[in-house]
Amino acid sequence: MQKYILQRVGASLLTLFVVITLTFFMMRAIPGGPFTDERAIPSYVLEKMMTRYGLNDPIYIQYGRYLWNVLKFDLGPSYRYEGMTVNEIIASSFPTSCMVGSIALIISLLIGIPAGIISALNRGKWQDRLAIILATLGITIPNFVIATALVYFFAYKYGLVTVGFWEGWSTAILPAITLAGYPTAFISRLTRSGMLEVMQQDYIRTAYSKGLRERTVVYIHALKNAIIPVITYLGPLTAGILTGSFVVEQVFGIPGLGTFFVTSITNRDYTTIMGVTIFYSALLVFLNLVVDICLVFVDARIKLK
Amino acid sequence: MNELDLFQALTESERANLNNNEFVRPSLSYWQDAWTRLKRDKLAILGLAIILIILLLAIFAPLLSPYEYDEQNFMVANEPPNFEHWFGTDMFGRDLFVRVLYGARISLAVGFLASLINLFIGVIYGGIAGFAGGRVDNIMMRIVDVIYSVPVMIYVILLMVVVGPGLQSIFITLGISYWASMARMVRAEVMRLKNEEFVLAARVLGASDTRILLRHLIPNSMGAILVTLTFSIPSAIFTEAFLSFVGLGVSAPMASWGVLSSDAMGMLAIYPYQLFFPAAAISITILAFNFLGDGLRDALDPKLRK
Repeated sequence: MQKYILQRVGASLLTLFVVITLTFFMMRAIPGGPFTDERAIPSYVLEKMMTRYGLNDPIYIQYGRYLWNVLKFDLGPSYRYEGMTVNEIIASSFPTSCMVGSIALIISLLIGIPAGIISALNRGKWQDRLAIILATLGITIPNFVIATALVYFFAYKYGLVTVGFWEGWSTAILPAITLAGYPTAFISRLTRSGMLEVMQQDYIRTAYSKGLRERTVVYIHALKNAIIPVITYLGPLTAGILTGSFVVEQVFGIPGLGTFFVTSITNRDYTTIMGVTIFYSALLVFLNLVVDICLVFVDARIKLK
Repeated sequence: MNELDLFQALTESERANLNNNEFVRPSLSYWQDAWTRLKRDKLAILGLAIILIILLLAIFAPLLSPYEYDEQNFMVANEPPNFEHWFGTDMFGRDLFVRVLYGARISLAVGFLASLINLFIGVIYGGIAGFAGGRVDNIMMRIVDVIYSVPVMIYVILLMVVVGPGLQSIFITLGISYWASMARMVRAEVMRLKNEEFVLAARVLGASDTRILLRHLIPNSMGAILVTLTFSIPSAIFTEAFLSFVGLGVSAPMASWGVLSSDAMGMLAIYPYQLFFPAAAISITILAFNFLGDGLRDALDPKLRK
């Protein structure tokens, strides 16, 4: 057990190291420096800025310094937002994204899992058909279309909510629903197929023949194993919500980290691009690690050597 | 008939008759069999038909409309759908029908080209890892694990920053970042197949490793490769639309579906139809590929073969 956890932690750290290295050298490979601009910058100013940010040092020194700073959780200053560090940018905008993302996560689990169970228990009936149709739609409609459609109907046509600015919970609902679209569909598919497979197994028949109530069998015995694929999917799910937020935050005008990331790309703000990429990767790698460790406790079938 | 007669040897004529016997099933190749089963799957055929229609529309786009995709005419700006302009016009008076058709060109090209690159990298990488096994496989797959644990979208965005926006960059970035799942799948297939007897037979006949991999193992995993490919095309199309929508992909006056949707955003309250057509085009295309993929997966599954 301990060995397994240590192994997973080691693999995660290695992944992060590779990501940091890759982002660093990719950003250095961009033609033109970080201060290339349409307006010509006087060469002495440029020279001073290059020295100020240590960009005249040999690349391996820059790399070592960056790596050391990241180890100290310091992602450096932003090249474009004056006086802001990347850490400050993340600290000011991530809580917003996190709130929208968590609501989306909760929505997708609360709808996806029951939909999957109902679908599997009524296989072939209208409930199942309806769930499959909805799931197919959820998977095929791009999130920016869902977002704009929601804005059109709820904000413009019926005036139920306001969009375009951020004022906490009330403005978080529509973006959260948008983000939840794809994951809800995917989770209901996963739960359905997991449930169908589990319900055919011998131990379920045993449970029924012991005279247990239907509810007990389905929700305690069967669900426990049927839900495992969903737990495995939690890592990629978070990744999906993360990348989905790039679009959704833009459409709804939310000052979240996704918005900052996209703006930093169009602004060519290299330290912010690097910092946010590393932050996202660290978050995901950490969540995947947690999921892997949780799975060992949930799934008795995972044998540890 | 005497019971003993049943045990008599067959006469010449009876034996010749055996081959025309209704009980003998014609021998079908794997692909013929798969096609027969695919034809029975109505949704898959519907998907295939839609893809073919979109493909034809995209190829003959210039012939289907008297307008050019970047032809501006302010006299007819923001017209709703009518007989002149089937899908209406945008704020510059450009015909939306022809723009959606040109969008199909971009989306399909991105889907196919990105998948082709990913096919080559993924299949060869996974094939080598699975075939070599041992330490080589271990190292190669750890690299894939590392790539896999960060969302593809982030690589794509980083690469787009390095390569610069534009259609070619999208082909390249999607092609070189989407191969990880293909590599995993091919590796698993090759590991399963490499201990089979036909590989041993090829080896006995003196075939080289490269030949075994390229001529025997990979062709035998073609079914699984094809299915993975069908599912990777819509995700490439999705990504292009996504990138163009946030402004990192192709830019005006090119007419990708993502660009069209993004252009329509600002005027959504007044001219919702401008979003409807490109959005419907993306959804229908993705839906068609999903139907075809599901059908192919069932049709090519050797376990379901009768």
